[in-house]
Amino acid sequence: MKQGKLFYYIPYGLWIALFVIAPVVLIVYQSFFNIAGHFTLSNYATYFHSGVYLKMTFNSVWYAFLITAITLLISYPTAYLLNQLKHKQLWLLLIILPTWINLLLKTYAFIGLLSRSGSVDSFLTFIGIGPKQLLFTDASFLFVATYIEIPFMILPIYNAIAELSPSYVNASRDLGASGWQTFSRVIFPLTLDGVKSGVQSVFIPSLSLFMITRLIGGNRVITLGTAIEQHFLVTQNWGMGSTIGVILIVAMVITMLLTGERKKKGRTRHAK
Amino acid sequence: MKRLVSLVVVILAVSLGLGLTAHHLQRVEGVVGSGNNVLNLYNWGDYIDPALITKFEHETGYHVSYQTFDSNESMYTKIKQGGTSYDLTVPSEYMVQRMKADHLLRPLDKNRLTGMNNISSQFKNLAFDPHNEYSVPYFWGTLGIVYNDKFVKKGELTTWDDLWKPQFKDNIMLVDSSRDVLGLALMSQGHSANTHDQAQLDEAEQKLTKLTPNVKAVLDDEIMMYMEQNESAVAVTYSGNAAEMISNNSHLHYVIPKPSTNLWIDNLVIPKTAKHLKAAYAFINFMNRPENAKQNAEYVGYSTPNAPAEQLLPADVRQDKEFYPSASVIKDTQVYQDLGVKETGTYNDLFLQFKMFRK
Amino acid sequence: MQSKLSGWSKAYLIIVFIILYAPILFLVMYSFSKGNTMSNFHGFTFDHYQTLFHDPRLIQIVLDTLIVALLSSLFATIIGTAGALGVYETRHRAIRQTVLSLNNILMVSPDVIIGASFLIFFTMLGLRLGFISVLLSHIAFSIPIVVLLVLPKLNEMNASMIDAAADLGANPWQTLTRVILPAIMPGIFSGFLMAVTYSLDDFAVTFFVTGNGFSTLSVEIYSRARQGVDLEINALSALWFLVSLLLIAGYYFLEQYNQGRKTKNRQQVEAVIK
Repeated sequence: MKQGKLFYYIPYGLWIALFVIAPVVLIVYQSFFNIAGHFTLSNYATYFHSGVYLKMTFNSVWYAFLITAITLLISYPTAYLLNQLKHKQLWLLLIILPTWINLLLKTYAFIGLLSRSGSVDSFLTFIGIGPKQLLFTDASFLFVATYIEIPFMILPIYNAIAELSPSYVNASRDLGASGWQTFSRVIFPLTLDGVKSGVQSVFIPSLSLFMITRLIGGNRVITLGTAIEQHFLVTQNWGMGSTIGVILIVAMVITMLLTGERKKKGRTRHAK
Repeated sequence: MKRLVSLVVVILAVSLGLGLTAHHLQRVEGVVGSGNNVLNLYNWGDYIDPALITKFEHETGYHVSYQTFDSNESMYTKIKQGGTSYDLTVPSEYMVQRMKADHLLRPLDKNRLTGMNNISSQFKNLAFDPHNEYSVPYFWGTLGIVYNDKFVKKGELTTWDDLWKPQFKDNIMLVDSSRDVLGLALMSQGHSANTHDQAQLDEAEQKLTKLTPNVKAVLDDEIMMYMEQNESAVAVTYSGNAAEMISNNSHLHYVIPKPSTNLWIDNLVIPKTAKHLKAAYAFINFMNRPENAKQNAEYVGYSTPNAPAEQLLPADVRQDKEFYPSASVIKDTQVYQDLGVKETGTYNDLFLQFKMFRK
Repeated sequence: MQSKLSGWSKAYLIIVFIILYAPILFLVMYSFSKGNTMSNFHGFTFDHYQTLFHDPRLIQIVLDTLIVALLSSLFATIIGTAGALGVYETRHRAIRQTVLSLNNILMVSPDVIIGASFLIFFTMLGLRLGFISVLLSHIAFSIPIVVLLVLPKLNEMNASMIDAAADLGANPWQTLTRVILPAIMPGIFSGFLMAVTYSLDDFAVTFFVTGNGFSTLSVEIYSRARQGVDLEINALSALWFLVSLLLIAGYYFLEQYNQGRKTKNRQQVEAVIK
């Protein structure tokens, strides 16, 4: 399979070289220049010495964590239940369909739905809870962010569950395991790969979330993504923006190492 | 495998079909093969009446290729980096100054321009571009306050300082722009919104910190949607956005706050990389004609700098003191100047701190 | 596993779907409103659809958007699947981790950074900005999600199948097309769909790398924000949504029909043999 591996790596490696390594080199290079165009380490110094950026980093990680956790909680049961439906492929496609409508428009729609004169508030008043300030709260921000990320979590988990052989579940039941035991000892461990893939495709992009933080969150929470956006598009301080970019990449690599695959049994097959 | 291959073939076939349709459409529109008869116009989205583009095309035979951008800075980056050639673009005043300083603009040949006398002298020969060597004013407006008469009585908001009143607790939306928010604090203290004086800036920052209990959110264009939905009582925003929201919600009103406010002007300029100069001048001259400027003002809803065009507008529009203020009000306004990279950074850092540490 | 869903489970799924579709229905509803914006419904009209059909520029942009989305997703899926296979074949743990980290860099970098660096990169190469540069960029930022979705399917695949195929004398190409690809099809398919999502959603990268005469729907919508996005765009989204829905349903039932026919054929053949 040696040749096979090389063959696979030709297009992919070319992509990595041109569209990943080249831009990263560029970003790292730029991160050493200050706003006046002089070579300096001051961007990194600013980052680590200013409360502003450290707080921002904390915000980003914390909210990315919350978004990932909520998304997982909602997506796992959804993916599981979807698998039990008759036309499950069709239902899965219907989960993805909403992602093909422009994000800015959907966000505007959420503003309309959640605002003071919106339908959700009328509903809350109708059932007796009374009008509530929904927008510009953590809850609404997390809600919309979760909304965006859900399909990215459901897909890999769904695929993992679809592969699960019913005989394992039946065997576990026959051996007298309770519903919870079957889930925690059999189903969940067997779908862990899908969950990991989902967590990665939600957590990593969530670190650099912007737009929603302003549109729905009213800039109450400022994340690293927002700061980069500002530095590139408003201040035009590409150096500082790149510095934060480098830090995001480092944070991502750490996440990868933490959630990365452990050594597995079945992996030794080509050792011969 | 067969299925996979057939899927790939289907996707390629569909793309080809779409491509041919697109090509056909372009041919109908007359883009392809017309070589020099094109005008590449780089403008804000929906910032011109499409009927005027059609009219221009019929009149002159040029085809207009209309590309859009969403902020001055992103447009600047595109033009500076190259790889494209736009014949006309529409920066705001401080961006004209920066582009000029970076040699990204082509000086205007006054002999090829007509209708410059139509532009009101209030908007000509300003500090960002003396003698209008590079720019022709396109639309203008002010920074001001929008309030909803369901929550705020007329006359309760006339100055910037009124924003600090405790009655507006958690009820003000601010525009997400360091120049404007620091600017309103500076102007409320009688300082210049273009100041480089660190003491004045720190003072402004301190004053802003006291505003935080009243600030509900810091937003961009979506401010319009929020105000139309009665989500907040007060918003600090531009007259252009204000006109848009007022036309959709009659409870909203716009005020130009005292003692002074910012005057902004969007301008037509010709970038250095322009290839179709003739078309560019033809378009500027076309837009300088009063009937066209008037039609555009009606479509876009912003204030036109074209004096005869203003006279053509319906009386209720042109007599609206908030959108066509008297000469004395305009005299008191301040036009932003490009602060240079370093000072822009200072403004931004102060604003970021304000946003980070409120509440 | 084909057990009937309980009432609670059904209710849960229904709620999830209602939430997923609520904003879209909101957009569709306002495409029929007489007003100019998405606040306060003003009565029913088809005006915005008429405006849309008389706007060749917007239709052109829609076509451009679709071409880029389809082609970029196709290429991204092919390259991404190859990449996942490569990673799968790589035994060395450190190399795997490095490759995967590189893979995810474009996912963690905000669009403005990617857009700005691609812009610098393309202008350095002297590439003319336009369709090709946009297509290349979309392929580039869609690849990581394909890899992330295909890789778990590979890991779940029963490795002994490959060895069995090799023992039975299959060459690598046969093993790939007859054993591996069918096993990871769901992953590839999801990868393609998510690549379409990435491509349709992207604003910042496209904005930076596009040139004269080429634009996508996202760029157009974002740049209209300052003037207020008008309901013509809602009408467009409503049609877009309807067409996608029909495509998905059509594709699905065609697939069902084909599979049904296959089983029927097989039954007939079996009947003849008997």
